[in-house]
Amino acid sequence: MSPSVCLQEMIRVIRGARTQGEERGVIQRECAAIRAQFRQADSGGRSHNLAKLLYVHMLGYPAHFGQMECVRLIASSKYSEKRIGYLGAMMLLDEKQDASLLITNSIKNDLSHSSQHVQSLALCTLACMGSAEMCRDLAPEIERLLKASNSYIKKKAALCAVHIVRKIPELGEMFTPSAHSLLSEKNHGVLHGAVILITELCERNPDNLKQFRKSVPELVQIMKNLVTSGYSPEHNVAGISDPFLQVRILRLLRILGRNNDAASDAMNDLLAQVATNTDSSKTAGSAVLYETVLTIMDIRSESGLRVLAVNILGRFLLNNDRNIRYISMTSLQKIVQTDHTAVQRHRGTIVDCLKDQDASVKRRALELSLALVSAANIRSMMKELLLFLSTCPPELRSHAASGIFNAAERYAPSQRWHIDTILHVLVTAGGDVRDETVPNLIQLITAASELHCYTVHKLYRALISDIVQQSLVQVACWCIGEYGDLLLKGECEEITPMQVTEDDVLDALETVLQSHMSTPTSRGFALTAIMKLSTRITNNVDRIRSVVSIYGSCIDVELQQRAVEYNALFKKYDHMRYFTMSYCTVILEFGCRSRLSLVLGGRGLKAEHVSIIFDCKDNVYLYWFLLQSVQLQMKAPSGDLIPAQGCGTVTQTVLLSYTNKANLKMRVRLSYSSQGTACQDMVQIDSFPSPAWS
Amino acid sequence: MMRFLLLFNRQGRLRLQKWFIPLSNREKNKIVSEMTLTVLARPPKACSFLQWRDLKIVYRRYASLFFCCGLEDQDNELLTLELLQRYVELLDQYFGNVCELDIIFNFDKAYFILDEFIMGGEIQETSRLCLARHMEEADAFQETVDEYEKNPTY
Repeated sequence: MSPSVCLQEMIRVIRGARTQGEERGVIQRECAAIRAQFRQADSGGRSHNLAKLLYVHMLGYPAHFGQMECVRLIASSKYSEKRIGYLGAMMLLDEKQDASLLITNSIKNDLSHSSQHVQSLALCTLACMGSAEMCRDLAPEIERLLKASNSYIKKKAALCAVHIVRKIPELGEMFTPSAHSLLSEKNHGVLHGAVILITELCERNPDNLKQFRKSVPELVQIMKNLVTSGYSPEHNVAGISDPFLQVRILRLLRILGRNNDAASDAMNDLLAQVATNTDSSKTAGSAVLYETVLTIMDIRSESGLRVLAVNILGRFLLNNDRNIRYISMTSLQKIVQTDHTAVQRHRGTIVDCLKDQDASVKRRALELSLALVSAANIRSMMKELLLFLSTCPPELRSHAASGIFNAAERYAPSQRWHIDTILHVLVTAGGDVRDETVPNLIQLITAASELHCYTVHKLYRALISDIVQQSLVQVACWCIGEYGDLLLKGECEEITPMQVTEDDVLDALETVLQSHMSTPTSRGFALTAIMKLSTRITNNVDRIRSVVSIYGSCIDVELQQRAVEYNALFKKYDHMRYFTMSYCTVILEFGCRSRLSLVLGGRGLKAEHVSIIFDCKDNVYLYWFLLQSVQLQMKAPSGDLIPAQGCGTVTQTVLLSYTNKANLKMRVRLSYSSQGTACQDMVQIDSFPSPAWS
Repeated sequence: MMRFLLLFNRQGRLRLQKWFIPLSNREKNKIVSEMTLTVLARPPKACSFLQWRDLKIVYRRYASLFFCCGLEDQDNELLTLELLQRYVELLDQYFGNVCELDIIFNFDKAYFILDEFIMGGEIQETSRLCLARHMEEADAFQETVDEYEKNPTY
């Protein structure tokens, strides 16, 4: 292939390559030829070579050796070469490259070129990739061009000034006077640039805000002219005259009217006019209406206008166009805290959007629905949210689940409803809930003492139908272990009774133990529950004993450890088993995110027995354990290292000899080292649940 | 302001990329591949807007090309749809019934048109007629100068 093949030909050859390897070969040959040509530095064909290189660059191949050629071409006197040189600079150079500084001088010269086309190239490149140093160097030039007589140059200089202000906000003062005078231009391009410049100046510097607030009447007038003007073919888009300029002016008015009564008053009528008269059947009109609504909600507008704005958003919610529904919900999300009642009126439509096919719309509808939940509508909203949870896309599940939990916690009308809701979530999306859900639910169940019977029945039924959701399995196992006797009694007022035998319960728990779907934590819960049941059932203690001894040789170390301890309880401490495994698991939170479960015993005996189970998130080395005002006999803890991430527990049994049980308080001080640092934590238990006493 | 504008086809081949913020090549490539994957995975009738990191992404499909841009928080998404529509109309007017091949073989012209329409991430000209005129003038200027260079009078 001849080295001076033109751009189109090279593209044709590359596209004709049948494999990736062939394409790479072609490109390597071309790049070599181009490199050679660059080194020759002869004129003629230079712009073609750079164009070829830029094409190759767009395909993803390296093209850094073209950077210097860009610099050279920009300095050329030929317009065609400058054009491609500047394009190359914008594609290959950015402010992080050193070579970009080299073009500063060329840009400076070109800014004062006689031809406006060359000037325009320089302005465009500066606005696209000008670094802070270049901007500082060339700012005076730009300022001069802002006052040029040519509107083509003026509009470009205005946007260049915007870029400079973004890079170096302090230089904003240089452009403030010119910006002001540009507002009286008739040319839409210049006006547009001026409005953007003023917006940028006001956002960077509050002093500018004060100054430009005086321009509000002028801006209002410009906007009025646009809205009421007749059809103009060059600016008209779907019946709206220059929607781009209208939207920018509205955005500037928003910034000027924010937190300022006088400015907000001055624009009130205009906003009402635009909000009522703009035709929103096409996107252009909707865009203008959307910006108007945002402005109305952000400034100090009167309440009638705010209601009008929210109603516009409500109308958008019913629009067939999905995009408009989406942005309507985005805007409602922004105002739901401040204008809660107004948004509540549209709750029905928002909840309907939960069923939309589109994932973006669903996400917005979910966030908005969660924000609209209140004590008054909690029951109906929760129905909809739970329905949503069962059909929602997987990426939204955990967000929905945690939102539902928060709402339930804040507004639950009754404990039973709260428990039911959490159970429903665990059944539907148990895999997506956070780790704290299990202990939180256990705590909730413990606290709702009159619902123990109902809860254990419900959980048992959930367990026998499905053991996939691990969080549900864990809570169910714990509950059955704790309140198994209520389950076996069979009667419960709030739920249709079901005859459950001891064998059924043990079958259910053993299924969890044996299933390959159960995680080690769930198995641990199941084993502990089986053990606890040994004190609550009468006929099947032998079965429990055999299960426990089987797991004494289980591969899972944690399970094995528990089984061995429980075995020991059967063999050596049988008299204590009754009490260790009796009521009341009190769960306390330590600062280090560990959990202290006190399993208290004590039916029919003089001494109180305390078994401490530590369940920790970090690695904790257990040193010693201190109790106050009680004669205590501490057995050795089952281990002195608690693995991280809740993978294991350490059990330490403590025998208390205590006479005055009414005054028993226990202060537990936990000294441990976690990740190398020594820590201490203390918790006090002031009262023990009464069933623990004999 | 607009942070970037990308044009790619259904196979994920990039046809045009314009960046209005300074980024390293690696970051640019990462954004391009993420955008391509995300947009191409969307179902046909889906919403044109999505949230990605801290940016709003607006995209639209025209024939075989996806036009995709990243906006900042304050930008008006519906207006950006109009912006994309305007750019396509400008390309159409310039090339006469534009198709992907035009943009492949004349990518430099596509960039020049874009540079007349958008500068520094903001629109610089809202009038269709003015823009078309400016492009004609610039092309004419280029030809005149080239002609002049080829046939000097002395």
